[in-house]
Amino acid sequence: MGETVLETQGLTMRFGGVIAANNVDFKLQARELRCLIGPNGAGKSTFFKCISGLQTPTEGQVYMRGQETTRWMPHEIASLGVGIKTQTPNVMDALSVFENIWLAARRFHAPSDAERKTQEIIERLALGSIARKDLGQLAHGERQRVELGLVAVGDPWLVLLDEPAAGMSAEDVARMTEIIHELNKTAAVVIVEHDMQFIRSIAEKVTVFHQGAVLMEDHVDRVLSDPTVRNVYLGKKA
Amino acid sequence: MPGQVHNPGGLQKDLMATVIVTGLLVWLMPMLISTYTLTVLIIYGMLGLSLGLIWGFGGILCFGQAAFFGLGAYSYAIAAINFGESTLPMILAVLVPAVVAALLGALMFYGRLTDVYLGVITLVVTLILFKFVNSTAGPQYVIGKARLGGFNGIPGFQTLNVPGRPEAYIWGDAYFYVCAVLLALVFVLVTVLLRSSFGRVAVGIRENETRMSLMGYDVRARKTILFAIGAAIAGLAGALFANWGEIVTPSLFSLGQSAEIIIWCIVGGLGTRLGPILGAAGLAYLKFLLGQQSLVDNTLITGLILVLFVLFLPRGIVPAVSGLWQSRIGRGRRSRRPQTRRGAISRERFNG
Repeated sequence: MGETVLETQGLTMRFGGVIAANNVDFKLQARELRCLIGPNGAGKSTFFKCISGLQTPTEGQVYMRGQETTRWMPHEIASLGVGIKTQTPNVMDALSVFENIWLAARRFHAPSDAERKTQEIIERLALGSIARKDLGQLAHGERQRVELGLVAVGDPWLVLLDEPAAGMSAEDVARMTEIIHELNKTAAVVIVEHDMQFIRSIAEKVTVFHQGAVLMEDHVDRVLSDPTVRNVYLGKKA
Repeated sequence: MPGQVHNPGGLQKDLMATVIVTGLLVWLMPMLISTYTLTVLIIYGMLGLSLGLIWGFGGILCFGQAAFFGLGAYSYAIAAINFGESTLPMILAVLVPAVVAALLGALMFYGRLTDVYLGVITLVVTLILFKFVNSTAGPQYVIGKARLGGFNGIPGFQTLNVPGRPEAYIWGDAYFYVCAVLLALVFVLVTVLLRSSFGRVAVGIRENETRMSLMGYDVRARKTILFAIGAAIAGLAGALFANWGEIVTPSLFSLGQSAEIIIWCIVGGLGTRLGPILGAAGLAYLKFLLGQQSLVDNTLITGLILVLFVLFLPRGIVPAVSGLWQSRIGRGRRSRRPQTRRGAISRERFNG
C-alpha cells in the first residue's frame, strides 16, 4: 500500500437545484479494492462519472497519483493507465471479441505486441471459443467479461468499474469476481455495486454513499451490520 | 479480421487485385463507353469514395462533401489562372479543402456536436459557399488574376499539363488514363489507411465513440484527421472535374450535388471501399443516359432507385453481392467457418 492513487477533495456535483454529490473526500491507496455502495440516487454513479471524466464536477478536485485530473476528458484519464467500465456494457457491437480487445490493446502497445496481448487476455478470460464472434451476438455475461478484457488489456494501475455484476448469473458473477481479484494484484480497484452478495464476496473496505455524501467508510462486515446503514437501505429514518 | 490485417500477404493480394482490375477496366471499358464519359465517371467514383471513407468507416455523415469538391475545383481554377501551370494548382486543390475541413472538423468535433448537428452544419456550410460564390459576379471579386465570375463560373484556365511543361497539355485519352491511375492510387491509399491502426481505430470510433474514448483514444482529433483526408480526396476529384469540364461553376457546391454523393454511397454500399465508387459511376452513367431523353425527369429515377434500395437492399449492392458470394463459397467450407456470412461482413467492415 502506501501511495494514494486516487483522491477527491470536496467533490460536488449539482444538477440545477439537485446536489448529486456533496463535498466528497475520498482516498484510495495503491492496490486497494474499494466498493462504493448506497441506495438508488445516493450519488455513487455521479461520483464515478466525475472521477472517470464522463462528467465535470461543479466544485472540488480529483487527483490521480498526485496529478490533478478534475477537468480532464475520459481519454486523457484512460491514457494515464486507468481502466474504466461503465454501467451498461459499452462495447463495439458490430466488431468481434478479438477486434474489440485488439483496439484496446493497440492504444497501449505497438502493433506486434497488441496482437500477442490480445491473445493473452482472450486466454486469461476464457474467451477463446467466442473470439471470432461479434459482440452483438453474445450473452450479457459474456459482453461484460469482454468489457473487463478491454479494461485489463491496458495493464491499468487503477480500475473503475460501475456495476460489473449487474444482471449476471451466479456463475458469471463468480468468474467476474475471479477476474477482478486478478486485476487487483496489480491495480487499485473501485467498484460501484448494488449486489450485496457480490460485495460480501469481493470487498474488504466499503464506502457508503447516502444523499450525495459519504455516510460511512469501514470494513464490509462492520458496514453491513451497522444500524444506520441498514436503515438507509431499508428507507427508514436514521 | 485482424489476423488477416496483420498478414502482409493480404495487403499484397489487395494491391495486386487493384492493379489487375484497374488494368482490365481501363482496357475494356473504352470499348463500351467513350473515354470522355468514362473520365467523369471515374471522377465521380473518387468523389463517392471520399464520402464512403469518412461516412462508411468513420461514421461521419457529411451533407457537404460537395463543398470540398467545389473548393478543390475552384482552388485549381483560380491557381491555374494565376500560375499558368497545373502542378502547384493540383497540389493546392488537395490542400485547401483539407485545411478547410480540418478547421471545420475541429470546430465540430471538439465542440462535441452530435451527428444531427454535424449534418446541419456541413449542409449550411455548403449552402453558404454556394450563395457566396454565386454572388461574386462583380469585378471586385478577384484573386490575383482570376475573376470569380459569380454564377457564370470561371472558364479558360490552364488545364492539366505535364509537370514543368505548360505547353504539353494532357487531354483526351491521356487524361482518361491519368484519372484512372489517380483513382487507383487513391483506392490503394484508402486500403492502406483502413488496414493501418488509424483506420481500424476509426471503425472502432464509428461503432462506439464513448468506449473508444474510455480506452484512451482522442476521438475528436482522429475524426478531424479523417474528415480532412476525406476532404482532400474530394478536392482532388474537384480539380480533376475542373480539368475535365474546363470550367468551374457554383453548381459544384449545390445541394443536389451533395445529395447525390450520399445516394451513391447508400446504393453502392456503405462500409465498403468499392461500393461508393460503383454507386457513383453507375448512377452517374444512368443519369447521363437518362439525360438523352425527355420522357422522364432523371431526378425522379434517382429518387426511385434510392427508395427501392432503402426498402429492399438497405446495405447496398457491394455488401449484398459479396454476402451472396460468400454464402455460395461458404457452403463447401461450412465446417471450417461456421458463420461465413457474418464473417464476410466483418472482414469487409474492418479491412474495407
